[in-house]
Amino acid sequence: MEQDFKQSIDRALNNANLTGALGKFSEAYKINRAKAYEGIDFEELRSTIATVKGYAASHLEELTRQFKEKAEAKGAKVFCTKDPAQVREYILKVARDAGVKSIVKSKSMATEEIHLNAYLEKAGIEVGETDLGEWIIQLAGQTPSHMVMPAIHMTKEEVSDLFSKEIDERLSSDIPRLVKVARNELRPKFLKADMGISGGNIACAETGSIVLVTNEGNARLVTSLPKIHIALVGIEKLVAHFSDIAPILKALPRSATAQLLTSYVSIITGPTPNTDGSMKDLHIILMDNRRSEMAADPIFKEAMQCIRCASCLNVCPIFRLVGGHVFGKVYTGGIGTILTAWYDELKSSEDIQGLCIQCGACKDVCPAKIDIPALIMEIRRRLVQKQGVPMLQKSIYAVVNNRRLFHGMLRAASIAGKPFSKGTKFIRHLPMFLADLTDGRSLPAIAVKPFRDVFKTIDQPKNLKEKAVFYGGCLIDFAYPEMGEALVKILNKAGIEVLFPEGQTCCGAPARYNGAYEVAAQNAEDNIQALLAEKADYVVSACPTCTVALDHEFIATFESLDRKKYLPQARELAAKTIDFSTLVKKLVDEGRLSFKEGQHLGKITYHDSCHLKRTLHADQPPRQLLQKAGYELSEMFECDICCGMGGSYSLKLPEISAPILQRKLKNIKDTGAPIVAMDCPGCVMQIRGGMDQLAGGAPVRVQHTVELLAAQLKS
Amino acid sequence: MFEQFKTRAEGVSAEVHRFTTEAEALAFLVGFLRTEGVADAPGQYAVFADCPFLQGIDRQQLKEVGGLWLEVTRERAAGAKVGISQMDWALADTGTLVQDASAVDKRLVSSLPIIHVALIATSGLRPDMPTWLSEARPDTAGYLAMITGPSRTADIERVLTIGVHGPERLVIVFVDQMGGTN
Repeated sequence: MEQDFKQSIDRALNNANLTGALGKFSEAYKINRAKAYEGIDFEELRSTIATVKGYAASHLEELTRQFKEKAEAKGAKVFCTKDPAQVREYILKVARDAGVKSIVKSKSMATEEIHLNAYLEKAGIEVGETDLGEWIIQLAGQTPSHMVMPAIHMTKEEVSDLFSKEIDERLSSDIPRLVKVARNELRPKFLKADMGISGGNIACAETGSIVLVTNEGNARLVTSLPKIHIALVGIEKLVAHFSDIAPILKALPRSATAQLLTSYVSIITGPTPNTDGSMKDLHIILMDNRRSEMAADPIFKEAMQCIRCASCLNVCPIFRLVGGHVFGKVYTGGIGTILTAWYDELKSSEDIQGLCIQCGACKDVCPAKIDIPALIMEIRRRLVQKQGVPMLQKSIYAVVNNRRLFHGMLRAASIAGKPFSKGTKFIRHLPMFLADLTDGRSLPAIAVKPFRDVFKTIDQPKNLKEKAVFYGGCLIDFAYPEMGEALVKILNKAGIEVLFPEGQTCCGAPARYNGAYEVAAQNAEDNIQALLAEKADYVVSACPTCTVALDHEFIATFESLDRKKYLPQARELAAKTIDFSTLVKKLVDEGRLSFKEGQHLGKITYHDSCHLKRTLHADQPPRQLLQKAGYELSEMFECDICCGMGGSYSLKLPEISAPILQRKLKNIKDTGAPIVAMDCPGCVMQIRGGMDQLAGGAPVRVQHTVELLAAQLKS
Repeated sequence: MFEQFKTRAEGVSAEVHRFTTEAEALAFLVGFLRTEGVADAPGQYAVFADCPFLQGIDRQQLKEVGGLWLEVTRERAAGAKVGISQMDWALADTGTLVQDASAVDKRLVSSLPIIHVALIATSGLRPDMPTWLSEARPDTAGYLAMITGPSRTADIERVLTIGVHGPERLVIVFVDQMGGTN
């Protein structure tokens, strides 16, 4: 990672104003968004939007042509171009020809994208942003940190300093007063401006209309007072039909700011009269800037569905810590990473793609149904394809894939770390450059015997009618064999014999999440051969990330690489794969398994692991089972927000992972429950390690659901 | 539908009134302008965009209000405290007013003054946006404007603040028996 990128992360993390403002906002957003969507079938709505926008993305040429024809028939001048330089030149020419001295702008990310202001100002034209947030950052000489709320990173004190300087009067930080100042300062600019520049939230081909969505009312003034109006619209804003406006306007304000509708929506179709009776000189620029290339890409085409609501930023556990400026470009957050990779270049996303922890929170709320984490993974894959896997990573994969060697090395490291583990189950401190790994979180000591050796010593009952192949995964195999033992105990009780094929290896998730798809594909092939060699009714795993690999990602990896050979077996494996809690829930429901009766085990809280909840959608079975066993469930705040582990993420960006963990620990503690359960050994490693280093208060036991349930089986 | 509209509109800080006749609405309007201190002085004007409501009423009552202009210019609108216009539709599920605002004076009176008074025939109520979109005629109305509550921002520290570039008050006046089409 680039040094200055790491530094910008550090700066952001140490900016208490920023993390405070974003943290508060993200908490309120979640509640308000849910309220705004009350009574609406979100899945249906976003399917409609995905269809409408997906159609437009695959008919760009046709819709561009139709839009131009319709808008020109109404008297607008329409300019279509692929090239941002031509956009700038066109606008400057219109301005020069009309003797324009000053311009007012309403919010437009497309103009930010092509750095229009600087270009026009260099040509001697005064350009005034009028959206309050945009004006603030214009005065501060910054770029927007958020698509919808450009100045969310600034405090009222900073704003008051900026305004004080601008109007040469000492202002207090009273927000309504500051807003009044903006109104009074900008009003004369509106009235004297010769040209108004806006963006466009929707461009409707059927009618040649553009739709503008604002809250402040500045777009109404920008499009009404000056005699010239130029709207700069990215071609991803095109839709085919006038009726397509409805679903977008239903979702955009709800997802962006949790409003049912913004204060103002304007639908402009051709020029209308100016205040002096002349007709408006209306120009609409449809800008491509690599959007049609994106639309032609079979995978990234999906990103064309974006309606720019920024909800992916608002729910992102990383964005709320670091804000938008670390992204370094105009578009920020999850979707911003993808847009930057295209509108700028793939290379520009090299560092920022690494910010994504792949928790999937954004995918859940995207009103355009874009699988943002999957597209970021694809960026990783393409970066690796272009630049190769870094040497260090390569050698790590070589070790990880050799199970005996991997365990041996981990064990050796663990013994070497003995002085640091002080006879407990943790490695609390590591020497020198490895110290970051144990900063705020202890690492588990490596088991003396891996599960693969423990397994051979387990005496399973004979003649059980069903068989399940157990896929262990790295953590259970090497750090937490007791979880594997618990799983065997439970399944045996239900009449299932457990098999543990020796040939199983890493699930490939670490490689895949780092873009090394070739390595992941090799892992997939090895595992398929090992796991399907045994005839079994189920393939069960107690790690959701591994389960997702077996259930979804082997297939996806093969498809990405166009490797067809093992696809049928990958599908066969996927069909048999089931996560531990879902299987046990099924066994309990079938009456094959029961818990001790009348148990009152006290309060417990449950942490949702990202893959279990958002990919496998299995967040309920563990809760139901724990309650059935006799626990009283007490939900924590933000139970389904990532713990900050994210596989190797916590090793690559420990400075981000650590505060996410601290937040999780606080939320767990606040419930007052003495135990927290979860279904992922990775989360156990992260949270147990964090609890170990947490000062003060009674320690909270951190357990995998499998161990808690195994202890409550009816004998 | 009216009740739903009222709840939604009040939920976004609009004020909602309802009268049976145009005469009652006019009486309210005149009283309102007086209360707000509308006068023939910059910053205190009222501007009234041409509309069917103006055709059906006794204009003498309006003429008695000093500083009220029926001929709207951008200077007068910029110096007005109150702007009055008639809207065409009201969308119940979001509390939204909709207007064919192709005539620029309609936009001036609803965007420059501090207070916007919006007259609307109760018959203009529609359940939601899709219903309205199916009736809308963008081919003949070059500027369709939707208004939902007063101008607002949350750009400083996410604190909701009313009245940025547009009006800080939106006063909606429903009239059950309104003649003419806008």
